[in-house]
Amino acid sequence: MDVQRKLAILADAAKYDASCASSGTEKRDSRDGKGLGSTDGGMGICHSYAPDGRCISLLKILLTNACNYDCLYCVNRASSNVARARFTVDEVVQLTLDFYRRNYIEGLFLSSGIIRSADYTMEQVVSVARKLRAQNFRGYIHLKTIPDADDALIAEAGLYADRLSINIELSDPQSLSKLAPEKNGRAIRRSMGRLRLKLDEARDGRKATPQGRVAPRFAPAGQSTQMIIGADAATDQSILSTSANLYGSYNLKRVYYSAFSPIPDASRALPPQPPPLLREHRLYQADWLMRFYGFEAGEILDDSAMLALEMDPKLAWALRHRDRFPLDVNRASRDELLRVPGFGRRTVERILAARGQSALRVSDLAALHIPRNKALPFIVLSDHRPARQLLESATLAERFKPRAMQLGFGF
Amino acid sequence: MHLVALDSDIDFAGWRAAARRLALGRVKPAEVTWTVRGDEPELFAPSALPAPPAVPEGRFNVTAKFVELAQNVILHSDPQRFAVLYRVLWRLRANHELLQLASDPDIAQLSTLARAVRRDCHKMQAFVRFREIGREPNNRFVAWFEPAHHIVEATAPFFARRFADMAWSILTPKVCAHWDGHSVMFTPGVSQAEAPSEDRLEETWLTYYASIFNPARLKVKAMQAEMPKRYWRNLPEAALIKPLIAQAGRATGAMIDSAATDPRPSMQRREDAMKHRATTDHDDNAGAPSLAALREQAADCRACPLWKDATQTVFGEGPQHAAVMLVGEQPGDKEDLAGQPFVGPAGQMLDRALRDAGIDRGKVYVTNAVKHFKFVPRGKIRLHQKPTTPEIRACRPWYERELAAVRPALVVAMGATAAQSVLGKITPINKTRGRLIDAAGDSAHPVQVLVTVHPSYLLRLPDEDAKAREYDRFVDDLKIVAKHLKRADAA
Repeated sequence: MDVQRKLAILADAAKYDASCASSGTEKRDSRDGKGLGSTDGGMGICHSYAPDGRCISLLKILLTNACNYDCLYCVNRASSNVARARFTVDEVVQLTLDFYRRNYIEGLFLSSGIIRSADYTMEQVVSVARKLRAQNFRGYIHLKTIPDADDALIAEAGLYADRLSINIELSDPQSLSKLAPEKNGRAIRRSMGRLRLKLDEARDGRKATPQGRVAPRFAPAGQSTQMIIGADAATDQSILSTSANLYGSYNLKRVYYSAFSPIPDASRALPPQPPPLLREHRLYQADWLMRFYGFEAGEILDDSAMLALEMDPKLAWALRHRDRFPLDVNRASRDELLRVPGFGRRTVERILAARGQSALRVSDLAALHIPRNKALPFIVLSDHRPARQLLESATLAERFKPRAMQLGFGF
Repeated sequence: MHLVALDSDIDFAGWRAAARRLALGRVKPAEVTWTVRGDEPELFAPSALPAPPAVPEGRFNVTAKFVELAQNVILHSDPQRFAVLYRVLWRLRANHELLQLASDPDIAQLSTLARAVRRDCHKMQAFVRFREIGREPNNRFVAWFEPAHHIVEATAPFFARRFADMAWSILTPKVCAHWDGHSVMFTPGVSQAEAPSEDRLEETWLTYYASIFNPARLKVKAMQAEMPKRYWRNLPEAALIKPLIAQAGRATGAMIDSAATDPRPSMQRREDAMKHRATTDHDDNAGAPSLAALREQAADCRACPLWKDATQTVFGEGPQHAAVMLVGEQPGDKEDLAGQPFVGPAGQMLDRALRDAGIDRGKVYVTNAVKHFKFVPRGKIRLHQKPTTPEIRACRPWYERELAAVRPALVVAMGATAAQSVLGKITPINKTRGRLIDAAGDSAHPVQVLVTVHPSYLLRLPDEDAKAREYDRFVDDLKIVAKHLKRADAA
């Protein structure tokens, strides 16, 4: 089988992993003329976008889609009839370098089906990274970590990779054992815990070296994970509290949410349906609220089990907590401002800087990129105060619901 | 009216010199016309207008932030950019904080211009596509790109840092950048005809693009927001966009409608994976099970809800027949991650105290009354929570089994939770600490209990004197253990 045919199979097999980030690693370049590649330490670069709206930053492939495991939601499960292929280590190395030199990609995201054993599979994945670094490749490398792989292999993976990830797959361990019988939720968490310890050690080892001891490099862009949305009956409440738990326990850079998508040759055990894309979007918004807006997992939903689909979670929260509004934009604290519908993080910083010089008015909203209709019912400005009845009105929520739209006719 | 003609579209130094001169000469923004040499409007033939005034005396400063902003904004293609910058400079002299005023229309405009330039630089880094000419070692990588703003000079160093080991050129209509391995050179713009039109890897790249796309999740608007159509003509993969969208509906419909096929016969779910999980109960050691077997069983414990949020059961550690068993409260953050008791800050405190009391930690069995970490997540940290009585009770059977397996002569209960579990009732530490208590055990294996504080108590004491005093008391308690161990060794 030629490389192009293999690529078609093994990229197709990898596309259900949402992550394509190339951000958050150390700064590297090749100015010494001895290598290839650079990373800028901040945000990564998306070199292209597919019509699914997803960024293409890394060459995202599996080493092989042959797999011993039979996870029902997965296109590569042992019992699936999809075509199988396996790259050699050298083929992946060459493809990565060839793509990189043409500026198609930031680097490689390599994963693999489980073949023979966890250690064998991990060793194969690590071999690719080892070889790329041996050839002085300085671009981004993200390796999928196989739970329960030997500690020495994990340490070596962290030596070469920028990011490591282990997918938690489902928020409910019972669903996991039902849909993915060979996977072990405890082993997944244990491995995330191991990664966290190594990440901490590498971070602390960099600054504190009283004995001259430097901890080995370990995945400077940290670890991430992914949860599949809609393959089981898990509620948004349980998904978000799992995320909060994972962020707190393992210091994850990101939890990715991946709407369960129809796959070729699907299992009979899972009902075929279009992917719940809007739900996925709302979960990302809620995730953002937890990480950057000071919301606790529990208060995003209060007592309901599912996020509203017709409006964003912050607006839904504000409508449930109208007693906290209207908020005087010229006086409120940063934490309070972050809870106003339509106010982003940067908007809040701009407000705080600007209001020291002049009181903000309705006419300033446009320059601050604040959506008027969304924000006005919740805020007081020097020339605006929402009518009491508006905030108390039972129909306020209606104002924000999207109008019925005619479906488009494609592109 | 003053006319300033800058040397080029990106002549920041020229703009700065002229702006300083004009501002010091008190020339109002409305009285200046800015242009680039060669682009001067005929109406304003340079000779028809007075030159800017000669350098007046004096100086003034602007913030580094403005200089940085101006360097960025000047790369924009908007002909008004020089004038807006001068207007803001003029106003900055009266209000040094003006840049903070995001609601001001001039500042809002500058930030819009700067954002557009940054975005264009970023898109150039992303969307340049090199095509290879010749083969190694005499190859060269050449790209054709059409930026929206004057960003080629500013962005070329990015490519030099990244592709330092290969010869490359980026051709654009206005200016071309070249790298020979040592420095970046710029030459005048060329037409697209000068650029190569194919590359041997392009078909493979298109295969990747088509295969990584998931037709079940069409989000064309999201794609276009990040990859606007104006860039498509220079992106080889963009030729696939329309056909992929056209096929997406059909491909997804087929996936949803098609009946599931029979699973691959050779790969029917294998029983052994399931079997593997249930092989831990048996133990060759009749009577008390071995510690290893207990540890395996405890790993799947669901006796209270604490397992849900924790990483793993943290079981005890130490020799199977240790003479002394140390019991703490529960694993902490680090213990939960590592799966071992007393390896975090409290563990380090314990290790130090054991050393000072003359005890080898390797000779004692160390465990906790509750074997899962109880916490609440607060952003990136986990706040320790005290276990409740039902949780202590639910976990006690594991302590009892450890006790039966290890059969120590002495149990040291560190802290209130441990004392409650070991003695079976809430016990005040200060009244009971420091002396041996006979615990109700079975008569064949009498057990004595020593109560003391938990090492984390020592970590929490705010005042240094109290810390030193309490540490000494803790070591004194452990010295009783040391004596006990010596006697056990002698026996």
